[in-house]
Amino acid sequence: MNKNAFLPIIHGETVPRKNIPRLAMPDFRAAVIEAVRAGSRIVSLFGHPVGDSQIELMVVLADDARGALATAAAVVGENDGKYPALTPECPQAHWFEREIAEQWALTPAGHPWLKPIRFHAPYPAGRQTCFSSGGNPPGPGIADYFRVEGDEVHEVAVGPVHAGIIEPGHFRFQCHGENVFHLEIELGYQHRGIERQLWKGPDKKTIHYIETAAGDSTIAHTTAFCHNMETLGAARVNVRSEVLRGIALELERLANHTGDLGALAGDIGFLPTASYCGRIRGDWLNMTAVLCGNRFGRGLLCPGGTAYDLDATAVKELNTRLDAAERDTTNAVELLWQTGSVMARFEETGCLDAEAAGALGLVGPAARACGIPRDARQDFPSGIFQYSQIPVSTWQSGDVFARAFIRWLEIQRSIAFIREQLKMPAGGETQGKIGPLEPNAMTVALVEGWRGETCHVALTDSEGQFEHYKIVDPSFHNWFGLAMAMRGQQISDFPLCNKSFNLSYCGHDL
Amino acid sequence: MWRILTARIKQKYRTYNYPRQKPALPERFRGRPVIAAPSANDSGQIIQSCPTGALSAGNDRKLRLDMGLCIFCGQCEQACNGSGVKFSREHALATRQREDLVLTGQEQKLAEALDKKALQLFGHSLKLRQVSAGGCNACEADVNVLNTLVFDLGRFGIQFVASPRHADGLLITGPVTRNMALALQKTYTAVPKPKIVIAVGACAISGGIYAGHDETCNGAGSLLKADLFIPGCPPHPWTIMDGLLRLLGRI
Repeated sequence: MNKNAFLPIIHGETVPRKNIPRLAMPDFRAAVIEAVRAGSRIVSLFGHPVGDSQIELMVVLADDARGALATAAAVVGENDGKYPALTPECPQAHWFEREIAEQWALTPAGHPWLKPIRFHAPYPAGRQTCFSSGGNPPGPGIADYFRVEGDEVHEVAVGPVHAGIIEPGHFRFQCHGENVFHLEIELGYQHRGIERQLWKGPDKKTIHYIETAAGDSTIAHTTAFCHNMETLGAARVNVRSEVLRGIALELERLANHTGDLGALAGDIGFLPTASYCGRIRGDWLNMTAVLCGNRFGRGLLCPGGTAYDLDATAVKELNTRLDAAERDTTNAVELLWQTGSVMARFEETGCLDAEAAGALGLVGPAARACGIPRDARQDFPSGIFQYSQIPVSTWQSGDVFARAFIRWLEIQRSIAFIREQLKMPAGGETQGKIGPLEPNAMTVALVEGWRGETCHVALTDSEGQFEHYKIVDPSFHNWFGLAMAMRGQQISDFPLCNKSFNLSYCGHDL
Repeated sequence: MWRILTARIKQKYRTYNYPRQKPALPERFRGRPVIAAPSANDSGQIIQSCPTGALSAGNDRKLRLDMGLCIFCGQCEQACNGSGVKFSREHALATRQREDLVLTGQEQKLAEALDKKALQLFGHSLKLRQVSAGGCNACEADVNVLNTLVFDLGRFGIQFVASPRHADGLLITGPVTRNMALALQKTYTAVPKPKIVIAVGACAISGGIYAGHDETCNGAGSLLKADLFIPGCPPHPWTIMDGLLRLLGRI
């Protein structure tokens, strides 16, 4: 990495915005590409307005092995908002640059597949994106799709309304008989304008937007938000609150991983595990409800700490429930690995190799299933994970089995973690004081949610309000991974592959 | 085979005897809000504390809480220490009319059953098409969970189907984003008549936390007339089940 091009950020500390290097666009581009080549990856890449008509691009890079973060910026203003795209030489910039083009009406020239990702009007009023037709943004899903031509090639289009209780999205398959040449994923149907509402905040609505950025990852997103608030507000958070947050984060992982293993079993028609895990998922959610009254952890976290504590009775109840849920989960999940017909469907389906996963910048279980030991709890620990480490679970095969088995490994480790944390003595203040937010500062929070790295970047203005707040849900990195895993697969395996990633539509669309 | 059978024994029978047995809800569960008469001073503070504008003061200066907007965050209860608004652990919240979601005291007019003719059609078999239209996926998750064996919605003849053509109605979640409005309309049109519409969650009822955003249509009501409103953020699965059973006259 070109050391002078980037400003290092210490996770959990602020940096003054004036110290962020502002590079010329060609230097910015070259520096990011070089850094990614040298082993860093893009955690976030976004635009935000400076002055009247200029947009500043900001990048946050992570070097997982060193646990180091770095940032730099470049202004795009001249040349009708055109700048040379990073994507041709840095595939993991692909989705970010499409987002930048759509939000800020910039044109990353030379981007190989420039399309909207959410189908909304650009943020600066009166501007037109390169996608606009007749002054209006295109309607949802209205765009050119990648097409394979040939006598026996056919196209299958699915969604936005799917055949189940699932969020909306549009999938286009280019098929040759049963085999999928290519899958293109078009989202944006869940776009409800969260990010824009966060600017000029925080206010009384902010935390509720964060809690609902992805409803099944409430704790992951809210933890990231709280960490940013606490960093900017120089708060000292009581360790008791961090313990409770850690327990809630792992319960969220347990509920979703268990549910996913059940759903994977359901997709191949293995009903015992499907029905048991569907129920046990509820047991984990109900444990979160013991913490705060809500199954998704709404209202548990607040900047400075947690809204609730656990007394001895509640700890005892959680321990009892933990033992029962562990027993039932183990019993239900081990059936999967012991059943030949299950393994035959899981193994060598939807393979992704470490090289592709690395190039695309995948995160979470999807990356770890390809042998990439990437886990923010280990690489960028915050909160209780600074003191209590959970070993990183990896597997090498990159197939549906690997993504399923990673979940099982993580379930066992999360249970052990919670059991350990419940031994921590109760008591102490759970709501720490938080000061006024530091003005003209930047901070980054990375939290390993059950889907993967949840990244929040806050930029404050001279008043200490959010000038910009950027959320990157793990799904934002990973949707393209699903498309790649489908190449050469049978279209009938799509539900199984899809479930093995189980990505968020609302977390992507925001 | 033997392993599968022993697992079946170990996993036990888990279906809850609802509605005969009252569901076990967590100690800190925030169910139906109960409104008391706070001091004028407190009243202003309570109204201010609400992130979605669910609280207001009526002409008689009494507090009014619109459960259709309420996200059950409990900020109001904290702001007044329970003197004006207190969340009870009552899970039954569904109504047939939008205005019945507005609470001014302890009482709530809960959902009545469909009329006799509709009950003849749907009372024993109600097939629903779920449309997720811009929410956070929590409502969807807690609707989906009704199919698991604790809740076993199927035993009441209620089932979620894959095609609107096979459905008797829609169950809608989310504030209805601009990007989903057309798809929702088309799905509704594809359901054969007579059909019912159920709005689940604050978003589908009013837009919830996303009300007033340019990107949303402030709930399903702006496009379709709903026959049942199930408030919450998200509603507890028992709240959803209660609403559906009330609609069918089973509670």
